[in-house]
Amino acid sequence: MNETSTAQRFAQGFVRSVVPVLLALIVSGLIMLAIGSSPLEFFAGVWKYGITGTNWQRSLSLMAPLLIVAIGLIVAFRGQLWNLGYNGQYLLGAVTASGLGPILFDVLPAFLATIVIFVVAVLVGAVWSLIPAILKARYGTNEIITSLVMSFIAVGVVNLLIKGIFKDPAVSTPQTAVIGDDYLLPFIPGTEIHIGFVVAIALAIVAQYVLSRTSFGLRVDIFGASPKAARHVGLNSTWMVILLFALSSGLIALAGSVDILGQFAYQRADWDPRYGDAVMPLVFLARFRPVAAIPFVAFYAVLATGGTLASQQAGLNVDFLLVIVGLILLFMTITEYLGNRRQLGQSYLPAGLRRTVLQPFRKESERTSA
Amino acid sequence: MSDMLSAAFITVFITTVIAQAMPLMLASVGETIGEQAGVLNLGIEGVMLVGAYAGFVVTLSTGNFWIGMLAGVVGGVVANLAMLVLNVWLGLNQIVIGLAITLIGEGITSVLYLQNYTKSPASLGQAPKLAIPGLGDIPVVGPAIFQQSGIFWVALLIALVLAFALARTNWGLSTRSAGQKPSSLDAAGGSVMRTRSIAVLLGGGLAGLGGAYLSLITTATFSPLLTNGLGFIAIVITMLSRGRIIIVMITSLIYGLAVAIGPALQVIGFTIPADLIKMLPFLIVIVMLILFARSSVVPPALGSAYTRGAR
Repeated sequence: MNETSTAQRFAQGFVRSVVPVLLALIVSGLIMLAIGSSPLEFFAGVWKYGITGTNWQRSLSLMAPLLIVAIGLIVAFRGQLWNLGYNGQYLLGAVTASGLGPILFDVLPAFLATIVIFVVAVLVGAVWSLIPAILKARYGTNEIITSLVMSFIAVGVVNLLIKGIFKDPAVSTPQTAVIGDDYLLPFIPGTEIHIGFVVAIALAIVAQYVLSRTSFGLRVDIFGASPKAARHVGLNSTWMVILLFALSSGLIALAGSVDILGQFAYQRADWDPRYGDAVMPLVFLARFRPVAAIPFVAFYAVLATGGTLASQQAGLNVDFLLVIVGLILLFMTITEYLGNRRQLGQSYLPAGLRRTVLQPFRKESERTSA
Repeated sequence: MSDMLSAAFITVFITTVIAQAMPLMLASVGETIGEQAGVLNLGIEGVMLVGAYAGFVVTLSTGNFWIGMLAGVVGGVVANLAMLVLNVWLGLNQIVIGLAITLIGEGITSVLYLQNYTKSPASLGQAPKLAIPGLGDIPVVGPAIFQQSGIFWVALLIALVLAFALARTNWGLSTRSAGQKPSSLDAAGGSVMRTRSIAVLLGGGLAGLGGAYLSLITTATFSPLLTNGLGFIAIVITMLSRGRIIIVMITSLIYGLAVAIGPALQVIGFTIPADLIKMLPFLIVIVMLILFARSSVVPPALGSAYTRGAR
């Protein structure tokens, strides 16, 4: 019998979430050794530039966009919709802020302009997701592919906008006009962390409540578990797909606009931080729970903040973070596999995805002859 | 406008179309075989990059393009081993593993390239041409098609042989049944695991070859994230072609045309922003998806690992 106490279940879940990360860090260290870089120098650099002094504040500032992206992904993934167009959706939100910001802050009070920018960013993101959503709802076209293709188109559109109508004529490099410090999101008193961080934490708590304690959350879970069952209890699956996609994409676009108004104040052409690629494994590790995503996002924020400088010092470059993220994904599936074999309890993967995760082939000797 | 019809212009245009279409064609053929066997490989972008980088490094050090192409194939197969072991053998989630392969492939090739070549960016120069006697002398078309590198002909041959094999041989039948109804293949005495293993390795080798074609011949150099989404276009083309490799080849040519039109228009005086040119293939793909969404058919067992005896 598998009766376990809450504490035991929590401990098991904790082990299965942390082990993949540790294994990924160890293996990435070995890879660094193999290509002639020093892992010690790298990880010491991550600690130094990500946490010590006031660097922890930079890490927390980075958490704001990362966490909002995570919530956006969770909303879609809970409903078994694999929205992978996050890079484009993020940049569309960012360009909404960096493009409209310099114009709106001149004509509207700062507070009102900020709200308008956030609302427009969410709408832009939501509208952008309509094509994948409708194709999925009407014809069952694989949303992974359509959202990815839309993402590449969005990257092009954003670059055209920055080199075109949003370009700052005063500067020769293609970038938008810099938004004045007075108009950026205010800092939390006593720190240099913008309030986007508070907004992100609040959104995570609200999302956690809505997804786990309301009838809407229950509907999302039923829809995710089985669209057929959802139809039987009277849910309109077409609208569910469109709504979840719009919410997901809108939140990710919001993250982009928060990042611009909180951190960067302007946007360069060809800038693509690809936060979504990093966040995606983390939301699996958090088992699609917004609040559980907070520690994972915090971990990655430190890794990314410190890793940017540390990777240069260790003779690598920032793209090495992609390797670490990919390794986390790989070890996640492997831990999941070993965990299932050992009946360790909870799974990262929802039932729908788990259907595609199979038990290993039985040994020849166990075969029953028909 | 007279420039547009000059022989030299048309020759360059056709050469560009072929150079852009070939990497995509090779990768899509590999992806088609994988998908027909029931394995959706989202890692193809990373596999192509590993193949492109391996081919680049080996060609740079040996000076031989053929050995470079071979290195691309080996690189692709090695990169796809993760899919083979974790998905086909252990049955772990294809989508997560595919994305992991893409991310690791992007990261590691970028890190290695910037570590080793950033101080002196290297160009490979042109692969040796193989002029076909007689045909190579035809004006316009001759220099464009019949004076390609021998690698072009070998790649074309590989695609045609696989098109025949997938449609008409026992191997092709097993492969397709592993994607349509693996339990039937099992009942008929075939091995789903072996069939899928071969398909995954072949798919990796072809994606690696496509990547190497891109770095050795199309661009003649490597740069980080060289493929820029080509792997994902290959997946779309595979979906739209419904498992017929001849259609894959035709669709790849259309892609080549779309990419070549941008620079061609620039030559005759239209200025088109580079970003629009980069976007164009994706725009075409999304329009094709909208128009033909109903007919994008994938094998029923795609994405699900096979468990003997499971429902």
